[in-house]
Amino acid sequence: MVKVTVDGIDVDVPPGSNVLQACEAAGKEVPRFCYHERLSVAGNCRMCLVEIEKAPPKPFASCAYPVAEGMVVHTDTPMVVKARQGVMEFLLINHPLDCPICDQGGECDLQDQAVGYGRDTSRYDEHKRAVKDKNLGPLVKTVMTRCIHCTRCIRFSAEIAGVPELGATARGETMEVGTYVEKALSSELSGNLIDICPVGALTSKPYAFVARPWELNKTDSVDVLDAVGAAIRVDARGPEVLRVLPRLNEDVNEEWLADKSRFAVDGLKRRRLDSCWVKRDGRMVKASWTEAFAAIAARVQGVAGDKIGAIAGNLADAESMLALKDLMSALGSQNLDCRQDGADTDVFRRDFYTFNTSIAGIEEADAILLVGTNPRTEAPLVNARIRKRWLAGGLTVAAIGPELDLTYPAQMLGNAPALLAGLRDGSHPFAGVLKGAKKPMLILGAGALARPDGAAILAACWALAAGSHMLTPEWHGFNVLHHAASRVGGLDLGFLPGKGGKGLSAMVGGGVDVLWLLGADEIDTAKIGANTFVVYQGHHGDRGAARADVILPGAAYTEKNGTYVNTEGRVQRGQLAVYPPGEARPDWAIIRAFSAVAGKTLPYDSIEALRARLEQTNPVFARVDILPRFGCTDLTGPAGDASAVAAAPFVSPVPNYYQTDPISRASPTMAECTETFATPARAAAAE
Amino acid sequence: MAETATAAFEQPESFAFDAESQAEIATTIAKYPAGKQASGVLPLLWIAQRQMGRQTNSAWVPVKAMDEIARILEIAPIRVYEVCTFYLMFNTAPVGKFHLQLCTTTPCWLRGSDDVVAACRSATGLNGWKEISADGLFSMTEVECLGACVNAPILQVNDDFYEDMDAEKTKALIEALRRGEIPKPGSMSGRQTSAPDGGPITLTTLSFAKAQ
Repeated sequence: MVKVTVDGIDVDVPPGSNVLQACEAAGKEVPRFCYHERLSVAGNCRMCLVEIEKAPPKPFASCAYPVAEGMVVHTDTPMVVKARQGVMEFLLINHPLDCPICDQGGECDLQDQAVGYGRDTSRYDEHKRAVKDKNLGPLVKTVMTRCIHCTRCIRFSAEIAGVPELGATARGETMEVGTYVEKALSSELSGNLIDICPVGALTSKPYAFVARPWELNKTDSVDVLDAVGAAIRVDARGPEVLRVLPRLNEDVNEEWLADKSRFAVDGLKRRRLDSCWVKRDGRMVKASWTEAFAAIAARVQGVAGDKIGAIAGNLADAESMLALKDLMSALGSQNLDCRQDGADTDVFRRDFYTFNTSIAGIEEADAILLVGTNPRTEAPLVNARIRKRWLAGGLTVAAIGPELDLTYPAQMLGNAPALLAGLRDGSHPFAGVLKGAKKPMLILGAGALARPDGAAILAACWALAAGSHMLTPEWHGFNVLHHAASRVGGLDLGFLPGKGGKGLSAMVGGGVDVLWLLGADEIDTAKIGANTFVVYQGHHGDRGAARADVILPGAAYTEKNGTYVNTEGRVQRGQLAVYPPGEARPDWAIIRAFSAVAGKTLPYDSIEALRARLEQTNPVFARVDILPRFGCTDLTGPAGDASAVAAAPFVSPVPNYYQTDPISRASPTMAECTETFATPARAAAAE
Repeated sequence: MAETATAAFEQPESFAFDAESQAEIATTIAKYPAGKQASGVLPLLWIAQRQMGRQTNSAWVPVKAMDEIARILEIAPIRVYEVCTFYLMFNTAPVGKFHLQLCTTTPCWLRGSDDVVAACRSATGLNGWKEISADGLFSMTEVECLGACVNAPILQVNDDFYEDMDAEKTKALIEALRRGEIPKPGSMSGRQTSAPDGGPITLTTLSFAKAQ
């Protein structure tokens, strides 16, 4: 450790730290624009000037100056104050004073720091320069005249997002930040540019001129649009969710958020189910809760338990899944499934279906094998973490599956599941890399488990992991990467066919007379038997509701308190930010209310009581937010036959990143993204 | 410069290095250690600009050429765009066959660069900077100090300096260029490099031991 004195306060900082970090360690605020903890140091805004004793008598840019033993730093001397005022005055020379019409107003670093560290008036009365706005696609709005050339966005896109498309062209007075050749940013993380931009140059296009930050109610919650479970803050005004921002969670999303999670929220206002509907004489008519419950109860009456089934969708919270499971068992049914893709999971042990290395653990790995997964679309933040690990150096990545651009170099071994056997017996050259690695890991896409030979793939991957030192008492390198937020929670609480119960395909294929869909929209509803009575409980008028005989309006993830388990097996709580629209209610409460009508009253009246039941069902639900790291001592694999792997190539379960669930399918912003990025013809025409 | 790739001129559909350029590229890249070939971006841009001059009589770097350089050097295209737009010696828009680069910085200006500019305008018919004459022969750019102030004012034509210019000499030079002659670059006043005009005025009494 290096001893540094900042304004008379002694601090010890690790060698290699910069002076700015030392100042922060001493609790001193240092203004900055270009410096960002997670980006490389540029040192070009000059706002973080400090004075250092026994150094040349000039202000130093603290972000770019390394600490030395015994250094004495001052952050509040007259020289520092004057120097910062000067820098601020220069930054404001070309910055328009359009704060009243700027979306960054109220949460603008430049605004705040101009008040805190700038002069009270401007001495500049020449012309300000104007810069043409750039078109960066449907998500990021640019007002380039406001740009102060901190280059954070350039460094973010090159370093974190791995799509080096932004740059600074020309120089001096004519320098501009942009793509030079007009193009939309081809990154799933582009929304983060809005957060890191310290001024109003990059703002949210869908959120333009919508609200001021001080008008918003802010609720901490957790994202459910992929299985990463990123920490989010839901900003709402009145009954409307206006935007979603990332929250810091070093273990999961750091401070980033993927574009779908950030921008799909306008789908929460469209195609919503806000009242009950019941099919009468072949037509759906609006109904009250009493009528809807009565209609279901009448139909369920007399149906044998094994002719009733339930399927949970990708956005379901654990509470409602448990309530539905309890209701089903009260009705005598074992027909349950939470795997809409028909995946063949083995729930004998939890580490057969979770991301055991943990997302933060990726940073320790030195070899990664991706099997049948495209983390860039299935979990962009996991992909960003792999890229971060790759940037640190010493990581080899290989992929079995379709050709991919992962934003970091990866050996594409080919798209033949048979390669797994070659890796296992050591005949494939990459087996040597895995053998030589200290902490190798394997990431198996949940999409691969949905293949007919899913169990075999799972067993083959486990056997490969076990045979390549991925499973040691200190290190668990076997990972399943899910893309549905409800999946691990559903598997944890056993929302699966019970003894003799029917699974997804049997239920959808006419095996049941009454089918309860808990937000299940990604199943093939056309296959549901014509005589099957379908209850759809969910929040969007999507595929499931289109087939339903009774519709029960539920709450979306921003409208209920819910528990979700991410792909790592991390239990997290989402919180109610706004109330559900119209007659819609939290899902567990709907199921609880129906259970009373059906005469099978469930034994909980509050979410606390339901959560106690959740913990009883599986103790993992008691450990919220925290996920200890673990190794693997028992190498016994899943039940599947590793040699039964079929020859069919892997296909991505998320062909279009921007539309995967009822919320993103209802979102106009996501539709625009689909048109810009995912439609090949459009993409070709745009070039 | 401020112009972007979408300015009012056409970018060529494609660009490929010819054999001569490719030979130069091979020599250039060989100068850098393996894996550090990205450092060759400046010489490669220069090679591309010269090839455009050879092929089209307009020495500039189209976006497609920058893309090709990015491909050869295995770097992101934007990194090439950044370099190419930073250096004013790279033209990102078409120029004339004879690209007149006029220095108007203080020493040249004191020595009459305004006259040279005016003469250029009247001789070529160009009204403003960044224009190309109708015959495609001439274009003008105002440049900062060219580093030859002792011979101010300077008029740079493509890669060559014509020094000690005035209005008459400028007109004569442009007429000569129009006829297809390339006058010898250097001082147009007849002095040797930047030696005093009209022969030495100091150290005139020194005798050298040359005869012995």
